Amino acid sequence: MIRAALVERPIDVGAILREVADSGCGATSLFVGTVRDVNDGRAVEGIDYEAYRPMAVRELSAIVKAAAGQFGVPHLVAEHRIGSMAVGDVSVAIAASHAHRASALDATRHVIEEIKRRAPIWKREHYADGTREWVDPANAAGSAGPAAKAVGVAEP
Amino acid sequence: MPPVPVTVLLFASYADALGRSALELSLPAGATVADAVGRVVGQGELPRAPLVAVNEEYASYDRPLRAGDEVALIPPVAGG
Repeated sequence: MIRAALVERPIDVGAILREVADSGCGATSLFVGTVRDVNDGRAVEGIDYEAYRPMAVRELSAIVKAAAGQFGVPHLVAEHRIGSMAVGDVSVAIAASHAHRASALDATRHVIEEIKRRAPIWKREHYADGTREWVDPANAAGSAGPAAKAVGVAEP
Repeated sequence: MPPVPVTVLLFASYADALGRSALELSLPAGATVADAVGRVVGQGELPRAPLVAVNEEYASYDRPLRAGDEVALIPPVAGG
């Protein structure tokens, strides 16, 4: 099973693990992203995720398909949730299975990094003080740099 | 040569900045992504050179536009 989806319901991590289960695969890797209660020192109470939906679906599918080929994993499933979420809710889950652990681990890591780099998805954090702000990863510690460079698109 | 009508989509912080999520532009024949961006970014608090997608794929600023193209201005992505 190779698939990716953008969903508006809670992500069922157990169901995703069952999708990648295979008697020929001795290793399954699972990445789960959850809403954190703090960001840059500010208390967070929830997040709204928004997407350019058709493009996000295309990007997620392309990322997963390319990763399955690159790492040779027979099963790779990724789901990203959009809409309003509370602290602790699962916003993204990625599972990969392979005969051996290295490919399974590498595939899930690659997929989450690519999603963060190029999937047209945004999040607006709700802070404990009542304010809301769109998150710009370039403003965060450990930033990878300007997004235009990240996706390899020429600037004017 | 007839003008080139395109739809511009705005998301997240960019939609907030312009107070709308879409607008229609009529561009001169031969217009590129750069022309569409130039027409929009002056209308509100937007960066000078945002990332752009045309018809759901990332595009460079020198890409020519055709009638009916969907041009999306992409704020810094923050999925995951």
